[in-house]
Amino acid sequence: MHVTRRLRMRNFVHFATSLSAVSLILAALVITCSQPANALPAFARKYGLRCSACHESWPMLNYFGQKFKDNGYQLMNDRDAPIWQNPGYWPVTFRITPIWHRVSTGKVLVDTYSSGIATPTGQAVQRVTSSGFDLSGLDFHTGGTLEKNISFYVLPSSDPTASFHFETVMGRLDNLFGSPWLNVKFGKFELDNLLSEKRILTLTGNGGIYQLYHFRPQGDGNIFGQMGDNQLGLEVMGHSYNDRTRYSAALLSSNDGQVELPYGSGYTGFFTASQAFDAGRAGVERIGFYAMVGEAPTTWLTQTGPSGSTILPGSGIGNKSFSREGFVGQFYFGPHVDLTVVTQHGEDNAWFGQGYGDFIDGVATANNTTGTTLPAGAQNPTWNGVLFEPHYVYSPQLIFIGRYETIRMSQQANGSGSATPTASNFGNISTYTIGYRYNPFMTSRAGFAWHNEYNWLHQDGTGPTLGLTSANINTSELLVGFDFDF
Amino acid sequence: MRTTLQNWTLLFGSAVLLAFPAAASAQLSTYDIETRIGAESHVGNVTGHAKDAALPYRRYCVGCHGPLGDGNGENADWFLTPMYQKPRDFQLGVFKCRSTPTGTLPTDQDLFDAITRGFDRSNMPQWNTLSKQERADLVAWVKHYSPRWANEKPGAPIQIPPEPEVTAERIKAGRDVFARVQCWKCHGVQGMANGPSASTLTDDLGRPIAPFNFTEGSRPKCGDTDQDIYRIFMTGLDGTPMPSFADNIKPDEAWDLVFYLRTFMRQHSKEKDLAKGLGLKPVDPNAPAPAASGQQ
Repeated sequence: MHVTRRLRMRNFVHFATSLSAVSLILAALVITCSQPANALPAFARKYGLRCSACHESWPMLNYFGQKFKDNGYQLMNDRDAPIWQNPGYWPVTFRITPIWHRVSTGKVLVDTYSSGIATPTGQAVQRVTSSGFDLSGLDFHTGGTLEKNISFYVLPSSDPTASFHFETVMGRLDNLFGSPWLNVKFGKFELDNLLSEKRILTLTGNGGIYQLYHFRPQGDGNIFGQMGDNQLGLEVMGHSYNDRTRYSAALLSSNDGQVELPYGSGYTGFFTASQAFDAGRAGVERIGFYAMVGEAPTTWLTQTGPSGSTILPGSGIGNKSFSREGFVGQFYFGPHVDLTVVTQHGEDNAWFGQGYGDFIDGVATANNTTGTTLPAGAQNPTWNGVLFEPHYVYSPQLIFIGRYETIRMSQQANGSGSATPTASNFGNISTYTIGYRYNPFMTSRAGFAWHNEYNWLHQDGTGPTLGLTSANINTSELLVGFDFDF
Repeated sequence: MRTTLQNWTLLFGSAVLLAFPAAASAQLSTYDIETRIGAESHVGNVTGHAKDAALPYRRYCVGCHGPLGDGNGENADWFLTPMYQKPRDFQLGVFKCRSTPTGTLPTDQDLFDAITRGFDRSNMPQWNTLSKQERADLVAWVKHYSPRWANEKPGAPIQIPPEPEVTAERIKAGRDVFARVQCWKCHGVQGMANGPSASTLTDDLGRPIAPFNFTEGSRPKCGDTDQDIYRIFMTGLDGTPMPSFADNIKPDEAWDLVFYLRTFMRQHSKEKDLAKGLGLKPVDPNAPAPAASGQQ
């Protein structure tokens, strides 16, 4: 018995020693095999540069990556044209993110039941929390040059159920007349936001977008002025040789990037300019502005007879105006710390504020037809917002991310003259996001990041009251996952 | 079982013992390099420090130049010569683009300019988006890889006389220089990089290398001003078959040669117009080489 026990003990010690040794070896392997990190691998493979050359942490661009993009995905080394590539080179990258996340939404209106009764007998407000394993959508990026100074980008993108759409489809004529100051882009593309939402470092539902780029006052019908969505149009942009000075001007269809002219004939202009400065040891600092000014329809022709409201697609008229403008700053404080700041002042026409513009599933909830008038006290909703996004870049393989965004209504759509004036803080938003991305390896072939993130979003007055003193909603999400592309 | 383990241990140990001296003799060790981490550079009024460039080097450069600066980054094997040149081996301390005489070290400004300008027809891009301080730090970092900087001073930059006015006579004289020093043997009689020696060229490490094709429209490797081209004749491109002609051609002749080479280039220039007016023919490889001029 004793012998057996001793033997077992020895086996256990042996096993534990082996396990420790294997763990140590694995740990050593992980540490020693860790190499500096990556980006759009199709470009990295083409040029043999690691992702960290263009990305502060992929997918966020650094200044060098921004210049590469501004040059039409060219290094400008006279080897950009496809004729110089290995004929087998195919510029395609896919990206997908398997995740686990926990979403908790406060103040959700739910049915209540009395014992033994199958139908709801009342309603209550409660927090709903769900968690589990999930997937992001799948992106297929393909981009590069068709010839020197003629570039393209096509991005079929799916939602998590593999329903595809074209996120980006554009051709670009670069360095016209031999000058970097004149480049023309045509198609569906991302707006020239210095802080790019398409290269955002965060992935949660609310933290994975910039609220400033999508904000609409509660009940507002303007779906057209979303700076974060790719838009259809034409863009002229230019930059200095070292990309310190940049400008862009785009003419867009006011249809939020949706194809087949679903709305009308409204147009939007989007303008940016920025200047970077060499600040010695701190790095290169950039400040700039953006302005989006447009008009979009509030009236639709309908097809369903005198009582119908089913609209005729593409028939939008009665265009009304909207605008968003603000400043952008990208500030570096040495090689490890940087901060991006974006401000916004936004304004929608009063008709949008009353819900005109948007239609859902072909039905206009409000239609600005002949004789319709605005209710008393209706006014242009306006708001102000600001975003702070600091990063701590420990190394090209590890970045810590923070973000604080807040949007405050400065004028509600229903003012003091209204029969039901809206509370001044109704629809205000504040959100915090923290997280980190760790790239265990970095080569010029593929990208892989272990991503960990927490987001908390607070919204004023938009929840059901149902006897509660406050209708504010708090939503949070915790997310972990593998973000990879190849 | 134990015997087998011992055998494997012995075999592995022997392999390690054999491998290490070989590796050590092939390149500098991390320890050797680390001793020079205090290296500095001086570019204008900016002082660069090697120790501050570790992160930018890792971010931007290591994929090609490698962690030891020996040009053996993970991508080096994929640059197929002669179409693409291999990444520079900083440990050798030999650089193509210099303002200093052949065989000498470049100035800090030369390295700074190379990082800023990049090299056309290679995967070395223009890093002019980096701050001046970052680039100066990277210059110091590049220097810390080679012991040459610990033992030698950079050469004195060559003097470039003022550029004379372009004339038809100067272009004709430049054609004579082109014939006399036999530029055509590598660059071809029309500057198309198809001279009889072109396909045989190798760099100092024995790797195939192509001469510059003036007609392709690319920028010359070390800059595209007339002064940059002049400088290449007089300093040579160390590590490549392009020698220094400082002892063979006079400054005035070098300017003539600059003007003549401009006539090959795709970009429109006054030299091209003058050459067209002259009806200038390519040099004849079989004709006797013209004598050196007496100009100063």
